[in-house]
Amino acid sequence: MADQALHGRRLPVRAAALETLLPRIEAVAIPAIGLIGGFAIFAVFLLSQGKSPVEFATLVWKAGYSSAFSLQNTFSRVAPLLFAALCVALPARLGLVVIGGEGAIVLGGLGAGVAGVALAGLPSVMGFAGMVIAAMGLAGLWMGLVGVMRVKRGVNETIASLLMAYIAIALFNHFVETVFRDPASLNKPSTAPLPDGLRVGDMPVITTHWGLIVGICACIACWVLIERTKLGFAARLAGDSARAAKVQGLPVDRLIIGFMALGGALAGLAGLFEVAAVHGSANASLIAGYGYTGILVSFLARHNPLAIIPVAILLGGIEASSGLIQRRMDLPDATNLVLQGMIFVAILFSETLTGRLKLLQPGTWGRT
Amino acid sequence: MTNRKTLSRRSFLNQSAAGIGALALGGTAQQAFAATPLTVGFIYVGPRDDFGYNQAHAEGAAAVAAMEGVTVIEEENVPETQDVQNTMQSMIQFDGATLLFPTSFGYFNPHILEVAPNYPDLRFQHCGGLWNSAEHPSNVGSYFGYIGMGQYLNGIAAGHATQSKKIGFVAAKPIPQVLNNINSFLLGARAVDPEIVCQVIFTGEWSLAVKEAEATNALADQGCDVITCHVDGPKVVVETAAGRGAYVCGYHADQSALAPDLYLTGAEWNWAGVYQNMIETVQAGGSIDNFVRGGLADGFIKMSPLGPAVSDAARNQFEAVKAEIMQGGFAAIKGPLNDNEGNVIATASQSFPEDDVALESMDYLVEGVIGSTGA
Repeated sequence: MADQALHGRRLPVRAAALETLLPRIEAVAIPAIGLIGGFAIFAVFLLSQGKSPVEFATLVWKAGYSSAFSLQNTFSRVAPLLFAALCVALPARLGLVVIGGEGAIVLGGLGAGVAGVALAGLPSVMGFAGMVIAAMGLAGLWMGLVGVMRVKRGVNETIASLLMAYIAIALFNHFVETVFRDPASLNKPSTAPLPDGLRVGDMPVITTHWGLIVGICACIACWVLIERTKLGFAARLAGDSARAAKVQGLPVDRLIIGFMALGGALAGLAGLFEVAAVHGSANASLIAGYGYTGILVSFLARHNPLAIIPVAILLGGIEASSGLIQRRMDLPDATNLVLQGMIFVAILFSETLTGRLKLLQPGTWGRT
Repeated sequence: MTNRKTLSRRSFLNQSAAGIGALALGGTAQQAFAATPLTVGFIYVGPRDDFGYNQAHAEGAAAVAAMEGVTVIEEENVPETQDVQNTMQSMIQFDGATLLFPTSFGYFNPHILEVAPNYPDLRFQHCGGLWNSAEHPSNVGSYFGYIGMGQYLNGIAAGHATQSKKIGFVAAKPIPQVLNNINSFLLGARAVDPEIVCQVIFTGEWSLAVKEAEATNALADQGCDVITCHVDGPKVVVETAAGRGAYVCGYHADQSALAPDLYLTGAEWNWAGVYQNMIETVQAGGSIDNFVRGGLADGFIKMSPLGPAVSDAARNQFEAVKAEIMQGGFAAIKGPLNDNEGNVIATASQSFPEDDVALESMDYLVEGVIGSTGA
């Protein structure tokens, strides 16, 4: 009796621990399996080309992480990826697949570049605040519009966001080349250069601009929003089942529009930092495809804003090594795309393993 | 900005091994450049086999690689972002490059200007002609070629080949350099027959294959029977035009392999000679001029060999004008000349030779060009 009572008391504790622990292990293990699987397929691909996967890995380490310079090289690529990934991750928690973050990035850059020049006369703090409002406002409005189309007319947000990105880029080019063009930018149409007071400098220690820290803070804030607030709870609920959430009286439509707009606004910050910290004015160099790499980052992180940070650093390192790989291994630049594509497919495939790995099911570990 | 400088100094120190190596190299450079192997880095914005802008530079790099005592390292598809700054530093730190050729126009400001001051002993050579001594570091140089004359010669070949008296131009953006090429192409054709007109279509992007194909088809639909272009990679335009049975004039590099029967000639960069000269200067212990430019006569540009479709009459006029250009001072833009909105560009006594700075802020299309700069 005593024995049984003891077991009776202990078992639920252990089971409860497993109930909470195992899903978390699963949440890490499955993308890890996908990642390793992607690398494995890529290794086979390299071998088929007569190249050494070990050399590849060594070069990625060397160019991406091994020294202060390598880390700087990696980190300098991370900031735009963080924002771009958030633009995918936030709507994803509502069950929306958004792939047009690139449009929000360029519009954010345009807003920041134009506002910065227009507000050059104001004190720097106010001028910069104006740039932030312009960048986040314009980009947020753009993505919010995709949300509105989704809610009001049932337009598929994946297609709409992508097509809207093309329109955004066309508008960006139009405005940079006509209305807001700096007459001095003859052969590379750009907006007028930002005044020095509105440029964003580098951080101490890590020689990378402040966008990195702001991006990390944004990831943490988004995590809190989704996991620790009522709004985030409502969003997750709506993501699981929009109809059930509506029945519960949750404002699903407004959540969709709001999360889309917030994602867009954050992507707009990527554009702002590219303009204010890197280019100094808005021009076509801004259209660099960060929005598309952000999709990969977000999926790899399973749309968890905290996981976005390490994933972006991993991908930033791989991108940082691209040059050395081209030069040392005589592989084309597209090698990186091949790797990213293989990881992406492997991750998508690994999602199907959710709930199927026996080892990670609570039932495997004890009688319930 | 001061912040940036201290940080750069730190990152400069951080490169310890490679940095000291590079410094040592820089230190001994004056005495013994020829004895020291020279590592030269080439950076391209697109693929190096694009049949265009990047391939032209890559061919130059290949010519440098063939020289004694030189190691060439290359990187392609490097966007005009933080990426190119990282690539330059990576080439310097990991490969010990002491001479860099970041070849894309957009690499200059802010990227080269940001990196170059950290490495005062190394040399950054930028293609584009933006350097000036008042504003820019002395270890940065600009070089560029007057390729408009090549388009003028293209126009002469086109003027003889066209039956419809309508020729076409697929252009990226309405910026001065592109406008100069369009105008030169039409004026070359009008040197054959003043009735000829040229339809231009701007795609808005340096590299956007779908729009380039659409634009080429649209030109063919409108009856243009000779087509040329100014985009980064002319491959799509050349193949699409030839597919529609139009004659083609090339640009950037030799595209004759893509349309052997219909390719008339092409305006090509001749970077091989330019780069070899620069390397020889460095190897001999000299320093490259900060600002270098040249045209056909200086070996900066060249013409593709004339194709099988070029008539004898065309060949004769082509060679005669080419010889005239080779003497220097030739002006394609000369009066009396109006733009296509009726404004006077040049009075009867005015002419603008290829090296006239006025051409560098060109914002018009000459009479006979159908299209608009959109401004």
